[in-house]
Amino acid sequence: MNKLTISPSPHVHGGDSVKRNMYGVIIALLPAWATSLWFFGLGALAVTLISVASCVLIEFLIQKFVMKVKTTICDGSAALTGLILAFNMPSNLPWWIIVIGALVAIGVAKMTFGGLGQNIANPAILARVFLLISFPQQMTSWPKPGQLTSYADAATGATPLGLMKEALRDGKSVSEVADLPSTTDLLLGNMGGSLGEVAAIALLIGFVILLVRRIITWHIPVAVLGTIAVLSAIFYLADPSAYPSPLFHLLTGGALLGAIFMATDYVTSPMSHSGMLVYGFGIGLLTFIIRTFGAYPEGMSFAILIMNMLTPLINTYFKPKRFGEVATK
Amino acid sequence: MNVVLITVIVLALLGGVASIILYFVAQKFKVFEDPKIGEVEAVLPGANCGGCGFPGCHGLAEALSKADDISGMGCPVGGAEVMSKVAAILGKEVAASAPKVAVVRCNGTCANRPRLLNYDGARSCAIQSAHFAGETGCSFGCLGCGDCVSACTFGALGMDPETGLPVVDGDKCVACGACVKACPKGIIELRNKGPKDRRIWVSCVNKDKGAVARKACSAACIGCGKCAKECAFGAITVENNVAYIDFTKCKMCRKCVAACPTHAIHELNFPPRKAEPAEAAPEARN
Amino acid sequence: MLKTFSIGGIHPAANKLSAGSAIQALPVPEVVKVPVAQHIGAPAQPVVAKGDSVKVGQLIAQSAGFVSANVHSPVSGVVDKIEDFVDGNGYRKMAIVIKVEGDEWLESIDRSADIKREITLEPADIVKKIGEMGLVGMGGATFPSHVKLSVPQGKVCDALIINGVECEPYLTSDHRLMLEKGEEILIGVSILMKALNVAKAYVGIENNKPDAIDHLTRLAASFSGITIQPLALRYPQGGEKQLIDACIGRQIPSGKLPIDVGAVVQNVGTAYAVYEAVQKNKPLIERVVCVTGKTLARPSNFLVRIGTPVEKVIEAAGGVPDDCGKVIGGGPMMGRAFTHLDVPVIKGTSGILLMSKAESQRAEPSNCIRCAKCVSVCPMGLEPFLLAKVSAKGLLDRAEAEHIMDCIECGSCSFTCPSNRPLLDYIRLGKGKVGAILRARAAAAKK
Repeated sequence: MNKLTISPSPHVHGGDSVKRNMYGVIIALLPAWATSLWFFGLGALAVTLISVASCVLIEFLIQKFVMKVKTTICDGSAALTGLILAFNMPSNLPWWIIVIGALVAIGVAKMTFGGLGQNIANPAILARVFLLISFPQQMTSWPKPGQLTSYADAATGATPLGLMKEALRDGKSVSEVADLPSTTDLLLGNMGGSLGEVAAIALLIGFVILLVRRIITWHIPVAVLGTIAVLSAIFYLADPSAYPSPLFHLLTGGALLGAIFMATDYVTSPMSHSGMLVYGFGIGLLTFIIRTFGAYPEGMSFAILIMNMLTPLINTYFKPKRFGEVATK
Repeated sequence: MNVVLITVIVLALLGGVASIILYFVAQKFKVFEDPKIGEVEAVLPGANCGGCGFPGCHGLAEALSKADDISGMGCPVGGAEVMSKVAAILGKEVAASAPKVAVVRCNGTCANRPRLLNYDGARSCAIQSAHFAGETGCSFGCLGCGDCVSACTFGALGMDPETGLPVVDGDKCVACGACVKACPKGIIELRNKGPKDRRIWVSCVNKDKGAVARKACSAACIGCGKCAKECAFGAITVENNVAYIDFTKCKMCRKCVAACPTHAIHELNFPPRKAEPAEAAPEARN
Repeated sequence: MLKTFSIGGIHPAANKLSAGSAIQALPVPEVVKVPVAQHIGAPAQPVVAKGDSVKVGQLIAQSAGFVSANVHSPVSGVVDKIEDFVDGNGYRKMAIVIKVEGDEWLESIDRSADIKREITLEPADIVKKIGEMGLVGMGGATFPSHVKLSVPQGKVCDALIINGVECEPYLTSDHRLMLEKGEEILIGVSILMKALNVAKAYVGIENNKPDAIDHLTRLAASFSGITIQPLALRYPQGGEKQLIDACIGRQIPSGKLPIDVGAVVQNVGTAYAVYEAVQKNKPLIERVVCVTGKTLARPSNFLVRIGTPVEKVIEAAGGVPDDCGKVIGGGPMMGRAFTHLDVPVIKGTSGILLMSKAESQRAEPSNCIRCAKCVSVCPMGLEPFLLAKVSAKGLLDRAEAEHIMDCIECGSCSFTCPSNRPLLDYIRLGKGKVGAILRARAAAAKK
């Protein structure tokens, strides 16, 4: 007879794995990526490949030569960081800026804290904010959609949020803003912007994939988007000429990408459902405040980064509902 | 020029006011502490290992300063040397205690004690022993998950990959007793370091009857009592089918080592024997 | 919408391989080893000596204290020895070894097949009888039944809940019992209702056993106050707290017992044993054991005498398969792995599960990715990732403050963890240490 194995219960496992979750998110990002290839062509492809490759390579090098541990590049987390980082960049970004971004994401935000599961801030967002502050010009000159074969030489334009901010600053009313894409274009993604954030419908398809495969729960995305929608609705109803509509807020900038894919990052989001709702509300609120009253046209990444820092506090104060806390149903 | 002057004056005023407030607050909330506590703490090693049974070196220093009789307390890390310094500071008597060292009382190597099972739970002896007696037929011996190694803050313990047993580095061990507490099987004991680091001990704690113990492990103490008969100093007792050598009585004659039929008694740091045949002297392992 | 419990839960693959196999009586073995500690509480004291001859059903070990249970001889024969044996965990425990001679039963036991519906005993006598007959919880927890039925002063019980959930994957012994001994179970339930003086009883059954639900619903029509409650499939519905929540919507507060919300829970197997004990005067000497496994030749349900070696039971189901890597007493979620197969079947052995080598190895654990899936599935609303971490670090105060003692050890967290972390292993460690501190504190408070 064989040597028997002994172990404490449970003796079966559900079969879920880190890989399944990481590659699951990557699969959910593919519709949005396909859309950006459609609109931004070769540039989107180049940026994505450089970003993913450099993230994976940097993680490998750090684990192999600095930390001297078994490399975990196959678990998909570095590739996912690379993909999300690419989604946050304009499709004409020079390659060396992308590599710096990858270095900040993997080297600074992730590995200095001990690798997967230990980081306090979302690596892709930290890198994006770092790049936005360090290279504001390159990070905010978005190519206009439709230039399929160009990369660094693409003609650039502003995002809808940028156009709106500029026009309102100049004292114009919302209806006077020129060159705004139509709602159909907003839904499809036919506008200027970071390569992954434009395709609203494709991102929502990704959301459905994540929910169906039980990779994330609904709490964070719904809380983020709900807060933005409610706040913008209140301001829009108060003065439609000074504040854009809720639909415009939800479909432009990084709202959908941030709410569905970046705020829901496992490591940096709260652990309880009530905590997730608070966290999502915080992101929605900060995003709206930065967009409406701040100097930047877009505030999603700042909002997520700030709420990342508050996650440990949220975890301390928002515990899951314990069994038996309510005496009767 | 004016701006610079005003800045300097304002800052100086602010600093002055703050320092006055701080002085009065510090006076008001001053906590009196026996200055001797600080002096004692300065002599202690400062490792905060907790081996003395108090929460860190400060805890021990406080207890030492307050107690009238400090003979029951002591720093296992610093040993007699540190304690005599402490006694000098406090002007109290201290009992001289021999330096000690951790000793692993199990020789159930992979060769001696065949693995009948394969433990696949969390790598922790505490967890394994809460559910199972172990991977072998011996329910008293080392489980090999290394709880003692992780408990040691001095790097004095390591697992030998070949035997699957922990090994004590006698030079690094400070006898803080953390491993003794960590071992759920109670295998590790603090014993006298011995003259020239020489030690003799029974490397087994199996309380099963001889035949059962022997079946599970070829290096088990079978409680036959031959060592006790051999010992001229009455240092060896056999209780619950296992022999124990009282290190305060042992004179290091090594007769018991040769008498043990299962080589369960180990010696360490002795010079090689002269006239005896080679197989009578088992290779010492600690 | 079918009822179920309110927080967390998982859906492990059911694998009820032996559901279609009728209960067969296993031949009496040549030697039985009857441990004196088959229940939670103090081990029973042997009242026979080496060389005594015993009959089936004769008392061989007397309960030692209130939380303890009598042990009866499952066979007739001669007491061979009373000695320590190596139990399923590898530790030594005392057992009474009996060499079987013939199959002579005590005359007081009614062995006829007639079903006796009329309940003649008074409530207090029922509880006494159940205690005498050595009944314990048959679901696996083996808590002495008479203790559960003795409602403390000042507490009121208004609902009896019968656990027919069998939410553990693989196991089918309760399912078969409900199909084959439905009427006896319902009489047992009526006896328990009389003993507790309650008007309502709920039999909770998960809807993956529609035949059992139909069968018992039909039978229950002729019993007063018994409701058959179909429940949505979800593990760990068979947990006492979860079952009460699912059936009658009451949640037991932290640190309280079912009786604090007016409920008593018993297993269907226990209800059947109660019927046999009270109506037929038969002590707990045999039980239904489900032997199952994907590579086992004939997954079956056997009626097995207590003390029969597990090895014999597996032999009857086709023997240990070549690739067997792990043998578990109980189900895959909460059962205990056996260290060897010469272990006797005891009162709490609801199943024997054989797993193949590939199934029996856990995957290598990796870093916690803080996905919060363990928090989502915890049926007690705890944070397993946090409890495991503080337990591993020995931060016992924190563990206590985070309600570690509420953990029911269902294993949903470890089952779900994508990083394969042994969460429950560490939580149990912390729970054991915190429990010891709490007991010490309670003892100090008494002084």
